[in-house]
Amino acid sequence: MAQMTMIQAINNALDLELGRDPNVLVFGEDVGKNGGVFRATDGLQAKYGANRVFDTPLAESGIGGLAVGLAIQGFRPVAEIQFFGFVFEVMDQIAGQASRLRYRTSSRFQCPVVFRSPFGGGVKTPEMHADSLEGLFVQTPGVRVVIPSNPYDAKGLLISAIRDNDPVIFLEHMKLYRSMRMEVPEEAYTVPLDQAKVVREGKDLTVIAYGAMVHTALKAAEELAKTKGVQAEVIDLRSVNPIDIDTIVASIKKTHRAVVVQEAQRQAGAAAEIIAQINEHAIYHLEGPVLRVTPPDTVYPFAQIEDEWIPTPQRVLDGMNRALTV
Amino acid sequence: MSTVLEPTKLVPYHQVLDENGKVVNRDLMPKLSDDQLRELMRRMVFTRILDQRAIRLSRQGRLGFYAPVAGQEASMIGSEYATQKEDFILPGYRDVPQLIFHGWPLYQWVLFSRGHQHGMEMPKDVNALFPQIIIGAQYVETAGVALAFKLRGEKRVAITYTGDGGTSQGDFYEGINFAGAFHVPAVFIVQNNQFAISVPVRLQTAAETLAQKAIAAGIPGVQVDGNDILAVYAVTKQAVDRARAGDGPTLIETLTFRFGPHTMSGDDPTRYRTKELENEWERKDPLVRFRKFLEAKELWSEADEEKTVEEAKEAFNQAVKKADEYPKMTIPGLIDSMFEVLPASLKRQREEYTGKEEA
Ligand SMILES: Cc1ncc(C[n+]2csc(CCOP(=O)(O)OP(=O)(O)O)c2C)c(N)n1
Ligand SMILES: [Mg+2]
Repeated sequence: MAQMTMIQAINNALDLELGRDPNVLVFGEDVGKNGGVFRATDGLQAKYGANRVFDTPLAESGIGGLAVGLAIQGFRPVAEIQFFGFVFEVMDQIAGQASRLRYRTSSRFQCPVVFRSPFGGGVKTPEMHADSLEGLFVQTPGVRVVIPSNPYDAKGLLISAIRDNDPVIFLEHMKLYRSMRMEVPEEAYTVPLDQAKVVREGKDLTVIAYGAMVHTALKAAEELAKTKGVQAEVIDLRSVNPIDIDTIVASIKKTHRAVVVQEAQRQAGAAAEIIAQINEHAIYHLEGPVLRVTPPDTVYPFAQIEDEWIPTPQRVLDGMNRALTV
Repeated sequence: MSTVLEPTKLVPYHQVLDENGKVVNRDLMPKLSDDQLRELMRRMVFTRILDQRAIRLSRQGRLGFYAPVAGQEASMIGSEYATQKEDFILPGYRDVPQLIFHGWPLYQWVLFSRGHQHGMEMPKDVNALFPQIIIGAQYVETAGVALAFKLRGEKRVAITYTGDGGTSQGDFYEGINFAGAFHVPAVFIVQNNQFAISVPVRLQTAAETLAQKAIAAGIPGVQVDGNDILAVYAVTKQAVDRARAGDGPTLIETLTFRFGPHTMSGDDPTRYRTKELENEWERKDPLVRFRKFLEAKELWSEADEEKTVEEAKEAFNQAVKKADEYPKMTIPGLIDSMFEVLPASLKRQREEYTGKEEA
């Protein structure tokens, strides 16, 4: 075991998979010599050579198409989109092409591509870097969307994603890259791509979150316990496509109330889908409406007010209190 | 049969001044008055000082996003100087100097850097967009801005900028191709500073020059010494005049180098470029070369230099002060800026924040 940050855990996962499977390739903008703008691929080109870890020309659509083409020929590309705000440039290759290759060819070809990408607010990036755009891919059949909240999960989920035979969008919250360390086994291990995890047990209220919001929700839950003696159960979704509704329903059967917290804007995001599924699967176990804590429906704001815009522990706490009383 | 598949370089390269400020091509020497020549120097010195101040402020944690410009002053200042006030600039994130000399108030640049949305708002009489973050987006939009000028019969030009890395984007090709197809008054500048963050230009493309990409779009493409302000000005002026006359778009590649890091957000150039390469380009410093040229003509003195340095420092300090005093961004203000007519759903969301503020 070693103490690792999330960025180290990701680097370690890439290293192990490159070492294990000669078909794994890592590429994107600045991932080679520079080791990625966040150093996620640091040292990998030196270790595995420029045929396996390489810089591409600056074109996200090109990166996506290259990945799909290589996948058709049996490689397992791990393509980096330098920031997820640039995903619009590669939308067709992900949502139009990669997602439907299996269906179109009746599995003659498959698309075991991982699109890794940093995203998430609170680190004062310029525009179009921090946006939480996972909702676009919650609505994209044929891709998985994985969002780890800690170093252990990041490593295990990334290894699972690389070994999975379908396209996986792997989103790395920038604020989590170096903000926490935890014990991470040095050897390879996997974490299932479609299972949520209860990260805090409680009997009074279910709080569902993913990415950096897991930590915000945990803070709010501690505060609620301290001030009111109310015990919230916090679920870390880990995947927003598919959504592990079973874990959510099991919790709601116990708590009868729920709040969903997301860093993305309010309308038609992962939270909306979660609430719809709760309605379908657990409405008779609810004692009140399921609420959302989200930013307003604006563009991701310029850096000056991002900390106010992103749900704070206080806002989540307010949401929890409302959910307990409505 | 002989092989017919050979890569070709088909574009000219232009220089007016060599590295020592000696005129090497009299034919291309632009017709500029002594005052105009001095003004070019003043702008470059001013820009160099702004850059140093911005880097310093950034290191103190008092600025936000900043992409250094030192080394590229001739490309930036020379090309903008060839435009007129009514011409429209579509810049990339590094193209702050062009915007400033086109009228973007300095304090708004500081606001932009600090992540205040009002930084991006251009005063009414400034014909330009804010610095674009998405690489390539401005190239396609330029075709649209220029088509508008053509449709309205206005004698105006749209000018846009990207970097060497930017020429790999699909948007780059779409932009120059649309401009060619619609025969619009546009000038496309590529500042080839040899690197896209860490990636050297030879990894971007097998093309020998970036300017030759114009050939496929059916428009003229030229390469120019981007550290030679007279060459940059002269070539851009021809392209702007040509566009204004209704003769269509041009692609210009300026060969240059950024002395500093990619941005102030943690880039470390020692990871991807050698000291030798940096030294080689330092010898081609656009300010040094032009200063030598002017000094030989007795058009620039130590006193001029000092005066400009002081002006720049003062202007920067004033801008920072004004930005410091500027009201902070608010969530209701952000919500209001989304639509002309705010939908009811957003009005409701707005109330959640106004209530809180008043409390
Ligand atoms: C669509 C898009 N992809 C990637 C980036 C991230 N990025 C910002 S600057 C840069 C390198 C750009 O290099 P170049 O075009 O040569 O311009 P320079 O920075 O050298 O002026 C990259 C990859 C971006 N801003 N937009
Ligand atoms: Mg460049």
